[in-house]
Amino acid sequence: MAKKLPKTDIVLAGVGWTGGIIAAELTRKGYKVVGLERGKERKTEDYLMVHDELRYQQRNEMMQDLSKETLTVRHDRTKRALPYRQHGSFLIGDGVGGSGEHWNGLTYRFFPYDFEIYTKTVERYGKDKIPADMPLQDWGITYDELVPYFEKFETMAGISGEANPHPEVPEVKYPTVPLKETPSMKMFREASKNLGYHPYIAPAATLSESYTNPDGISRGACQYCGFCERFGCEYGAKASPVVTVLPVAKETGNFEVRTHCVVRKVLHTNGKATGVLYVDTRTGEEYIQEADVVVVSAYVLNNIRILLNSKLGRPYNPETGTGVIGKNYAYQMTSAASTGFFKDKEFNLYAGTGALAGVLDDFNGDNFDHTDLNFIHGGNIALGHYGKRPISNNSVPKGTPGWGKEFKDESIFWANRSLSVGSQGSVMPNKENYIDLDPTYKDQFGDPLIRMTFNYKDNERNQQKYIREITTKILEEMGADMITTPGDQGDWDTTKYQTTHNTGGVIMGADPETSALNNYLQMWDCENVFVPGANAFPHNSGMNPTGTVGALAYRAAEGIEKYLKNGGSLV
Amino acid sequence: MSEQDKKTPILDKRSSRRTFIKNSGLTVGGVVLGGALGSLLGKDSTKTKTIESHVHSEATAVNFNQALMYFDKTQFDTIEAAAEQIFPKTDVGPGAKELLVAYFIDHQLASNWGLNAKEYMTGPFFPTEATALFGHQTHLNRQQIFNLGIEALNAEAQKNYDNNFAALNEDDQIAILTAFEADEVTLNGAVTSGFFFRLLKSATIEGVYADPLYGGNKNMEGWKMKNFPGHQMSYANIIEKDEFVKMDPMSLNSQHNH
Ligand SMILES: Cc1cc2nc3c(=O)[nH]c(=O)nc-3n(C[C@H](O)[C@H](O)[C@H](O)COP(=O)(O)OP(=O)(O)OC[C@H]3O[C@@H](n4cnc5c(N)ncnc54)[C@H](O)[C@@H]3O)c2cc1C
Ligand code: SF4
Repeated sequence: MAKKLPKTDIVLAGVGWTGGIIAAELTRKGYKVVGLERGKERKTEDYLMVHDELRYQQRNEMMQDLSKETLTVRHDRTKRALPYRQHGSFLIGDGVGGSGEHWNGLTYRFFPYDFEIYTKTVERYGKDKIPADMPLQDWGITYDELVPYFEKFETMAGISGEANPHPEVPEVKYPTVPLKETPSMKMFREASKNLGYHPYIAPAATLSESYTNPDGISRGACQYCGFCERFGCEYGAKASPVVTVLPVAKETGNFEVRTHCVVRKVLHTNGKATGVLYVDTRTGEEYIQEADVVVVSAYVLNNIRILLNSKLGRPYNPETGTGVIGKNYAYQMTSAASTGFFKDKEFNLYAGTGALAGVLDDFNGDNFDHTDLNFIHGGNIALGHYGKRPISNNSVPKGTPGWGKEFKDESIFWANRSLSVGSQGSVMPNKENYIDLDPTYKDQFGDPLIRMTFNYKDNERNQQKYIREITTKILEEMGADMITTPGDQGDWDTTKYQTTHNTGGVIMGADPETSALNNYLQMWDCENVFVPGANAFPHNSGMNPTGTVGALAYRAAEGIEKYLKNGGSLV
Repeated sequence: MSEQDKKTPILDKRSSRRTFIKNSGLTVGGVVLGGALGSLLGKDSTKTKTIESHVHSEATAVNFNQALMYFDKTQFDTIEAAAEQIFPKTDVGPGAKELLVAYFIDHQLASNWGLNAKEYMTGPFFPTEATALFGHQTHLNRQQIFNLGIEALNAEAQKNYDNNFAALNEDDQIAILTAFEADEVTLNGAVTSGFFFRLLKSATIEGVYADPLYGGNKNMEGWKMKNFPGHQMSYANIIEKDEFVKMDPMSLNSQHNH
């Protein structure tokens, strides 16, 4: 029998970016918050031996232990799903701070177009532009309504950046100056300008200068150490929950984090949650933590799993298109990247930071005319300077064998002489891309894993063809001696890292029939459960999600406070 | 070792540490930075003596790491030879053998990686149903896959050339590995020769370029070839530089012994 613990105001299932933000916002208002985190405690000192590519990148030191829990994957409904046995396409964080500890730190705002994508697409191109199997939806909130929350996230984290010069994109003033521009980024800027595009330095959570945020937290500047994404920052220069929001929550005395505690279910009766059921994996014992509000903040995929295993909300049915939990799962596409080889140049590519990039949005969102194109949306285009580590970077010109003498000499020669121009391609929802419970495979407690049914559809494949021409054109203009251009987007490869930008599955919207959450990320079907995270995105845009995730978490924190004061559905 | 030799690396380290602190503009004693920075600042130069004796002994010491945790002698010889064909010695620099990659692979196989300890290894398994896009779908762990792969490398060598793999000439070894890569060889278990080959190839590259703490990348020679500086405190001063900045690599050992 699970042991019942004294009731608290708010319980969090997962203490990463969204859990950390909500903890800071509500503890400072005087509410008691208990954070249940399945992984271990983390602190900046943990990262003194962090410049270790084998341990952190190849062996995924900071990621979810898949022997305990994973998901199953397949391309379509007719196939048997197979377990995601090893980390590949995306990496799921673990431990206090979650993926916020080892992210890159590229921090964008989704476009005004994104939040009203259905309305704006119909307005500009007519209903016929949207394929019948694409459940495109507005988000139930507008960009303008979200601006104050974006600002909160950006000032808390100290985002370093310059205004995006594209005329369609609203201007943003960032709290710190942009990161330094490298020679290759300058080449990218120059070349893109020559082609009539609007390049700029990407907004970054890896600080360009020392910064004190409104909570009084001071952090120093990034050292461009080149071991950033997938690694923790040994300087605290990269904004992460552990060096920003969590100390604020702890300082209040109202926050308790219990590590090594895995939430299995949200407990509920008559449309209201009573608390959560969790296991302390050190004692092996089960507990019930009761709370007035349950926040499911365990990352997109774990959030969907917790809800489905709790039988909370109406599961999505792909046959009928009804139900909401698991609906509109989306991802991103990185296959439009071209690589240029510069035989007479040598760049300091070992240096860099996870968020150092030249980027442009001329082919993202609805910033270009899609009238004569066979897809909607697009992707950003960027040249990153993230730090090229030697195990994972071995670019060779097309036609080079994959091993042996020639491979060795070529991969060494080009190591500091090759540059990639890539794209984060948006993915639109599709009726057949969704998540449900797997009928066969179970986790460490015997609870079902989730089953991801996903593949790239025509909209994405057409977009990729279009964007790859542009990445190639930019490299030509940059003067590359040789360019490797990508082929067509194939079926989703579950083994090759693409992005950890999984979205959807518990989406927000204005209508309880077609969405799971209102615009405070409060569940329509269970008013004291909030589900922050990219799970709330009805589609995925062509840029990194966490700026928008963070803004929505601040919005949810405000909603939770309103709910605790007044009760009821907030919308 | 001359007085000069002993001093130089230590001086380098000290001055780079100082520049780093000056450039970073860190707020010492800030809410969260105490940790890592504190321990960097805390260790002062009184440690100099220990570092010196360490630097000194490194050059002459026996490498106690060169012994086997997992392979038997034949397995080791087979993998040493195969890894050398994947990453051979050339004019550019040493190959897998000289870089001690086979020791690296041996040690990795003895670790949780060899046992797939952090991966989902619960059945049912459908290895034949899975395309390459779905990765590892066999019940076999990496130790077992290497056992089968090595056995098959030697069986092929015996069948075609009447000798063990390690004893064959370069061309014959390459021919066998090429057949493995193309899935033309049948392994005596639920895994393809191509899967084993890709595993061996990635482990070889890891052994060339992983921090020497893991037993390969001898004397950081892998990094030196590729002009990779390893573990450095800061590149804030070179990130904008037009010219290529070459520097002596540092391993995590230098951090640990600070
Ligand atoms: C390598 C990498 C690079 C990235 N780079 C970028 C980037 O440049 N820009 C960007 O915008 N985004 C980036 N992201 C994504 C970003 O990290 C996430 O969007 C963000 O961290 C999501 O916040 P979250 O709170 O939803 O999840 P997380 O921050 O991951 O936190 C979830 C927490 O819940 C815990 N948890 C899970 N299940 C349970 C359970 N059952 N019980 C208890 N606890 C549980 C986890 O252990 C984890 O600590 C990157 C991600 C990765 C992995
Ligand atoms: S690159 Fe900068 S932000 Fe990233 S880990 Fe290194 S110092 Fe920290």
